Amino acid sequence: MKIAVCIKRVPDMELRFAIAADRKSLDQSGLKYDISDFDGYALEVALQLVEKQGSGEVVLVCLGPDGVQETLRKGLAMGATRAIQLKTDVVPVDGLAIARALAAELGSGGYDLILFGRMATDTAGGTVGAMAAELLGLPCVTAISHLELGDGKGTARRDLEGAAETVQFPLPAVLTIDEGIARPRLATLKGIMAAKKKPLEVKPAALGEVRLTVESMALPPERSGPKFMGEGADAVAELVQRLRTEAKVL
Amino acid sequence: MADMFAFAEARGGELRKVAFEAVAAARRAADATGGGQVHALVMGAPGIAARADALGRFGADVVAAVEHVGLERYAPEAFVATAAERIKAGSYRAAFFSASAEGRDLAPRVAARLGVGLASDVVGFDVAGDAVLAEHPAYTGKVIVTLRLTGTPAIVSLRPGALPATEQPRTAKIESVAPAADPGAGRVVVTGLAQEAGAKLDLGEAPVIVSGGRGLRAAEHFKLVEDLADAFGNAAVGATRAVTDDGWRPATDQIGQTGRVVSPELYVAVGISGAIQHLAGMRTAKTIVAINKDKDAPIFKVADYGIVGDLFEVVPRLTEAVRKARSG
Repeated sequence: MKIAVCIKRVPDMELRFAIAADRKSLDQSGLKYDISDFDGYALEVALQLVEKQGSGEVVLVCLGPDGVQETLRKGLAMGATRAIQLKTDVVPVDGLAIARALAAELGSGGYDLILFGRMATDTAGGTVGAMAAELLGLPCVTAISHLELGDGKGTARRDLEGAAETVQFPLPAVLTIDEGIARPRLATLKGIMAAKKKPLEVKPAALGEVRLTVESMALPPERSGPKFMGEGADAVAELVQRLRTEAKVL
Repeated sequence: MADMFAFAEARGGELRKVAFEAVAAARRAADATGGGQVHALVMGAPGIAARADALGRFGADVVAAVEHVGLERYAPEAFVATAAERIKAGSYRAAFFSASAEGRDLAPRVAARLGVGLASDVVGFDVAGDAVLAEHPAYTGKVIVTLRLTGTPAIVSLRPGALPATEQPRTAKIESVAPAADPGAGRVVVTGLAQEAGAKLDLGEAPVIVSGGRGLRAAEHFKLVEDLADAFGNAAVGATRAVTDDGWRPATDQIGQTGRVVSPELYVAVGISGAIQHLAGMRTAKTIVAINKDKDAPIFKVADYGIVGDLFEVVPRLTEAVRKARSG
């Protein structure tokens, strides 16, 4: 079984963000980067599938500047077989441009499965996986929280608002992975040592035309704190009064 | 003057609230260009066309209704083919989808098939000259990104609830249209749809959400949250990740970065400290009320109204007061 896992390198979300002087990018000082959460789940799913089969390959693909090599090495340390960097100095915010570059690389790869996280935690667009599937002409199931494979087919579960779908699909296919499906493993020391010798190929990213760009970035308006802070159950009367007259939600 | 397209989502034979939001957004966009037509598409099992005139209330001029037994559930390939074909058939400045579970699957594929750009999970937009400017909360809601989307049609998916549907009544012309691909011939087949037990009002549809966190201390104390939701009458119950991880509530109730992202009119956070992961899912709510015993809890930083106190005393009192306020 040959599986591609497309990952993104994103800033640590626990940090405080500041906007750079150009008003359209993040101030990079103090930012720490790592694999996007959902992509970590996707990688774990791939590793488990190959382990279960007893043979196969997990190929990591990441688009971005040379800094992504650190993230790719980490994935290799977790157990991926080899890695591909699609090199571009700036990762565009345009999901279709990214999908185009990925599809150009993945199309001839002979993959049984192509996995994505359901969205990157930074730009939170959640479009690239489904777009790549469309460009590749492959069946696609997005945001899955459960997966079973057998006989060249798969069954997945997707959580909808207030409901859950069971979906069947043939292989090869593109899947985007939601949380809760598998906890990513930690790299072992042995894995980290082995990762240094695993192949990491660098190729140019064929992004094509970019139609979606960042016009500006801003921090959400600072809330000056609540309009009303009460203490204890006695504050309920005023809260309800304000919900009625001020917020008009009652 | 430019025409706009809207995809109107249906489930279980009924239009969803997000369908009206998409149509109303398309109406607003058309009006902003000096008034163009709004063409909506609705797909579902036979019977859905009879619901389509409701879209006129929110500004649709024409509704293409695609009825087919194979469209009772979301059939991704038939939906993508039909939406792409309808958009191509017109000359639309922009096409609006919902960033619901279905829309997040559908809109990117339609954009890729048409080879056009998509701004997703948008909470505000503006049609400006040859571009659409779209506001999108990113970085777990800690950064508001304004995106510039060029080319036509520009595809936009709207965060459910972020742009409430306003009425712009007109009589919509309903046209019956065939699906562009056989719904029975898709490679990807939805074989089952299980409603979550106890899910009365969906988190994405409810104008009010009452959510509980670890402060409730045990699964059975969620009764307090449910009672408060009942008192509002139009409320759904949500939870933090800590709570769903512990199995107090089903995973589908989780609000946050890794769960549902919601924008209700009113969000009541009960015993929730306000971890970043949770704030990412609810900070665009119109009005936020927090009840927590710790006055330094981060949830108070995003709250409009707060009560510091023991939730086991405050919440029952609030439930009673809300019930009284609504009956009187």
